[in-house]
Amino acid sequence: MELTAESIVFLIMSAITLGGGLLVVSARNLFHAGLYLMVALLGVAGLFVLLAAPFLAGVQVVVYIGAIAILIILAIMLTPSVTQLPAIFNRQWVLNLALAAFLFVLLVSVVSPIMGDLGVDDWGADFTEENPADVPADSIVKLGEDLVDPDKYMLPFEVASVLLMAALIGAVLLVSPGKTKTDEGDED
Amino acid sequence: MTGLLQDIGFSRDLAVLIAKAVGVIVVAVFGLLWTLLGIWLERKWAARFQDRVGPNRVGPFGLIQTVADTVKILLKEDIMNRGVDRWVFNAAPILSVLAVTLIWAVVPFSAAWIGTDLNIGVLYLLAVGSLGTVAVIMAGWGSNNKYALLAAFRAVAQLVSYEVPMVLSLLVPVLLSGSMSTQEIVRQQHIWYVFAVPLTMLIFLISSQAETGRGPFDLLEAESELVSGFHIEYSGMKFGMFYVAEFLHAFTVGVLTAILFLGGWKGPFAEDVAILGFFYLLIKSLFAYWVLVWVRMTLPRVRIDHLLDFNWKFLVPVGLANLLVVAFVWKLIPDTDQINSFGDAVVPTLALLLVNVAMFLVIGALLADRGRRERARIQARVAGTDLPVETVAGAGD
Amino acid sequence: MVPLWMYLVVAAALFSTGLFGVLSRRNAIAILMSIELMLNAVNINLVAFWRYNTPLDLSGQAFAAFVFVVAAAEVSVGLALIIGIYRKRQSVIAEDVNMLKW
Repeated sequence: MELTAESIVFLIMSAITLGGGLLVVSARNLFHAGLYLMVALLGVAGLFVLLAAPFLAGVQVVVYIGAIAILIILAIMLTPSVTQLPAIFNRQWVLNLALAAFLFVLLVSVVSPIMGDLGVDDWGADFTEENPADVPADSIVKLGEDLVDPDKYMLPFEVASVLLMAALIGAVLLVSPGKTKTDEGDED
Repeated sequence: MTGLLQDIGFSRDLAVLIAKAVGVIVVAVFGLLWTLLGIWLERKWAARFQDRVGPNRVGPFGLIQTVADTVKILLKEDIMNRGVDRWVFNAAPILSVLAVTLIWAVVPFSAAWIGTDLNIGVLYLLAVGSLGTVAVIMAGWGSNNKYALLAAFRAVAQLVSYEVPMVLSLLVPVLLSGSMSTQEIVRQQHIWYVFAVPLTMLIFLISSQAETGRGPFDLLEAESELVSGFHIEYSGMKFGMFYVAEFLHAFTVGVLTAILFLGGWKGPFAEDVAILGFFYLLIKSLFAYWVLVWVRMTLPRVRIDHLLDFNWKFLVPVGLANLLVVAFVWKLIPDTDQINSFGDAVVPTLALLLVNVAMFLVIGALLADRGRRERARIQARVAGTDLPVETVAGAGD
Repeated sequence: MVPLWMYLVVAAALFSTGLFGVLSRRNAIAILMSIELMLNAVNINLVAFWRYNTPLDLSGQAFAAFVFVVAAAEVSVGLALIIGIYRKRQSVIAEDVNMLKW
């Protein structure tokens, strides 16, 4: 891989994403884990920009970082641990680590040309799109049109809004304290 | 500038990088230096609204007051109490200023000057605004102070809630101009959008006033009541950064209003002489900013539950209805995607203006009706007792 | 251009990290955060394949948008559940919620 500006930015964004991800699962202080999650999500947004999907990058920042991660952090602050946890991993963590590592190795062997280079044919996928076609300039307009096109994605779009409505009502119902006290449901 | 650097002999990638870095520095420094002048301006206006004079001792007309204040703040002791989370505590003010300075990247200063012409400019504005919310949480948590934490909760509730009507009102200029790019929105305003969709501009101003934590929505800090809310524990330059961030955000809202609704850099001869466009933008944003200072100095503070009620029960339905009606009317008017000049834009603007006036009247009628029912209810409740009921003369609406 | 398989490797690494977090962390909110990591890995995959294989057809981006929606809905309901459990049990450790009826 030649050292262009794009590959440098890709390496930086990937480092941010993976570093943030690793810190999320291993941070002792849960609030810090929430902040590292935001860092990882920011790295993913950067990767989206590299992949010529700026709209998704913007939505990622607004929805994930600006809403979901903040919600998670608020929940962290509302549910403090009564005692300081001595252990953050449960008892099977070694087995889980091995499992995750095995899955990673398996996935890498399939998607990357490593197995082909090692001489094993018929194992990895053959991704040969080194120079993909250019993204049309009005892809955002086309995305909008596709989302409301009855032949394309109008039905999932409507179902998604119903899903969000159900989640909204469900969340409010789950945290409201019931009919005996005055109504003070959460604002979310 | 890229061409210049390339001629010197840098490779193309490096030339682009250096040119962009210089652009970044210029835009950011402009924003931050403007703060010095702008804070003086705000203090003078605020003083005049309160029938006093404002800073007038340091320098001619008090112009150097901000510099003096900055020097004072820099010399203050930087206190960090025991138990603060150092990284989080220190990063919060930086993130706060960062979130505001990043907005200046998509501000079109004139037909040829813009930091970067993103084709998702408006979405970028929203994204960067959300980063400011993160800074508030970090400040509240990092202070190791339960009152700061509570204030941070309240602040986050307010900031996240008022993003919804802001999004709804931001969608209208996007709809009218057919693009999310700020430069394109300015170019398409052959007639300023304030004449077409004044209700939307009002919703945008109100929700932005709440987003910046100023004016009647300043429970975030409530200087006279809660001793600074989530930045209680900050002293010295860190507090200075929060202050700069808040002021700059307010001015940036003025600039955004000018871009989205008041025609940005458009004016006589703006396309030919670039500096004129910059000048027009400055005047328009100062006007919008003056309106915001006026509102801030006039209205009393709103309580938190009233604030959230106002958002969810009034602004969001009005914003939604506004968006739906504008989209509907825009679709009905023929040829709206080929507005290329002043003449083409007259008919759609008038149609939208009529619809907006109709919406104003409907909302006014609904509010008046609700006010009347409230008053009747209170009258009925007090009718059986001897309590004196104070009635406000006139049918207020 | 960066080859496609590099994006996929990054997504695979993120997914494995999230998987490890889901399986190993004791705090329920940390488990939710790891689920978010996994969903983001899926999104990276979707958008990378869209960019390299079918940049003219916007299905990849549309599906990534739907993943955003599902993630948001799941996080809000999940956190509501966790807060409800915290009110009853005063604990958000996943191992402590081990009786069907209290």
